[in-house]
Amino acid sequence: MTPALRVRGLRKKFRTTLALDGVSLDIGPGEFFGLLGPNGAGKTTLISVIAGLVRADEGEAQVMGQDVRQNYRDARRALGVVPQELVFDPFFTVRETLRLQSGYFGIRNNDAWIGEIMERLDLAQHAAKNMRALSGGMKRRVLVAQALVHKPPVIVLDEPTAGVDVGLRQALWEFIKDLNRQGHTILLTTHYLEEAESLCNRIAMMKAGRIVALDSTQNLLAGSSEHRACLQLEGGTPSQDISLSPSPEGGWEFSFHDYSELEQLLARLRQADIKVKELQLLEADLETVFKDIMNRS
Amino acid sequence: MSGFNALFYKEILRFWKVAFQTVLAPVISAMLYLMIFSHVLKGRVQVFPGVSYTDFLIPGLVMMSALQNAFANSSSSLIQSKITGNIIFILLSPLSYFQLFAAYMAAAMVRGLVVGLGILVVTLWFVDLRILHPFWLVTYTFLSTGIFAALGIIAGIWAEKFDQMAAFQNFIIMPLTFLSGVFYSIHSLPPFWLIASHLNPVFYMTDGFRYGFFGQSDVAPNISFLVVAGCFVAISAFTLLMLKRGYKLRY
Repeated sequence: MTPALRVRGLRKKFRTTLALDGVSLDIGPGEFFGLLGPNGAGKTTLISVIAGLVRADEGEAQVMGQDVRQNYRDARRALGVVPQELVFDPFFTVRETLRLQSGYFGIRNNDAWIGEIMERLDLAQHAAKNMRALSGGMKRRVLVAQALVHKPPVIVLDEPTAGVDVGLRQALWEFIKDLNRQGHTILLTTHYLEEAESLCNRIAMMKAGRIVALDSTQNLLAGSSEHRACLQLEGGTPSQDISLSPSPEGGWEFSFHDYSELEQLLARLRQADIKVKELQLLEADLETVFKDIMNRS
Repeated sequence: MSGFNALFYKEILRFWKVAFQTVLAPVISAMLYLMIFSHVLKGRVQVFPGVSYTDFLIPGLVMMSALQNAFANSSSSLIQSKITGNIIFILLSPLSYFQLFAAYMAAAMVRGLVVGLGILVVTLWFVDLRILHPFWLVTYTFLSTGIFAALGIIAGIWAEKFDQMAAFQNFIIMPLTFLSGVFYSIHSLPPFWLIASHLNPVFYMTDGFRYGFFGQSDVAPNISFLVVAGCFVAISAFTLLMLKRGYKLRY
C-alpha cells in the first residue's frame, strides 16, 4: 500500500546549520502520527519539505505517492497544513478567506463544506468578521479551517495548540480525531507530550536533524529504561549520599534503571534507621521517555 | 473557480477594498500635476504642431500613473504577504508558477488601467481629446502595464523589507517614469539627455501611447513597439524563471 507520507534520506542545510541530516520515514494511511523533539530539532523543516515550502538538498518526499517536486500540484492537493505561525490576510473576512483558499485549490461552490468546518470549529458566528478583529484563538481556528477546505487525505498540524485555551484544544482534538476516524492521516508536532501520548498511535522523536526514536506509542512507553518510585519516609531525613530527591507532590522520588537499585536503596534506608511508610511505583509517561531518549542520543 | 481566477479575484478585491488609496489618490495626484503644469507652461511650450501643451500632457500623465500603479499593486501585495507571512497560503496551494505569474500580473494591469481610465475620464471635462490610432493605444497600454506589473512581481519577491522596496520604487521606477517624456518632448532636451532618454524604455511606452492619440510622436511607433514588446518578453520571461525556481519564496 502507498504510504500517506514517505520521506527518504532528506538532508537540508541552511548556511551553517544542518536542519535535516538524513531523515527517512513512512507514515501509513489513517495513522495519527506524532513528531516530537526540542526546538530546533528539524520538525518544522521536515514538514516544510513535505509541504514544498523548503527544498531539500538531498533525498525525496512524497504525499500519497506524489513527489513533492515532480508532481507538486497533486502532492499539494493531497495535503493540508496548519502552520505554526499565526498568519492571516488582514484584507478579508473569515468567509472570504475560506472561499479564496478553496479557490486556490480550484474548488467551486464549496460553501456547504466551509459551513460545516466553521460550525465544527465554532467559527460560524464570526464568518462575516474581518480577520483582524479575531482573537488569537479564533485566528488559530481559521488556520485549521483553511487547511481543511480541500478535504485533504493528509493533514499536518505544526504545534496547533500553542497558546490556545483548554476549550478550543478539546474541541480541536475532537474534530481532528473525527477526521482521523474517517480515514484522514494526521501528522502532529507538539510540545504538549500528554497530548501526543493520548492521541498518536505512533511517534517519531527528532534531535539535531535526525530521527532518534520511532515506534508505536505503546512500545515507547513500555520500553522506557527509566523507572520512578515515590516514597514516604519516617524517622529521619536521608543523607545526601542516598540519591533521593524531594518529590513535588511531597515525599521523596527515586529514579532507577534496574530493580536491584531499588533493593539497595531500601537496604541503605534500613541501615540509616529510616522507615519506609509508603512506596509507590510510577508508570513511565511520554515525558519521562522523551527526556530519557533526548539525554541518551 | 480555477486557481488563477481565485488569486486574480483576491488581488482585485485587495486593491478595490482600499480604492481611496489605490485608485482615487493617484487620479487626484495626476489632476494636480495637470493643473499646475498646464497653468505654468500653457502657451510657452510648443511640443507637437497643432497640439496644445495640456493635450500633450494628458496621455503622458495617464501612462505614468498607469505604470506606477501597476507596479505598486503587484509589488505591495507580494511584500505585504511575505512580511506578514500569509504568502504561505499561496505557496501551500497547487497553483502553478505560471498561474501565480498570470494572476498577479493581470490584477496589477487592471489597477493600472482603472487608474489610467479614471484620469482620462476626469480630464475629458477639460479638454477634447481625440484618439487617432486606437490599436496602438491598446497595444502600448497592454504591453507597458504588463511590464510594470512584472517589475512589481520581481521587486516584491526580491525585497525583504519595506526599505528595499522603497529603494526600488524611488531609485528605479520613479526616475524611469518621470524622465520618460511625460512633461516634455525629448527633442527639447540638450544632446546628452536626448541620448540618455533613448536608453530609457519607458520613453518608448509614453511616446508610443501618445502616438495613439495624436498620430505624432518623437519616434516612429513601429520602432517603439519593437523596444516595448522586447522588454515585455524579456521581463516576463525573467519573472517566470524567478517564480519557477522559487527564488526567495521556496528555500
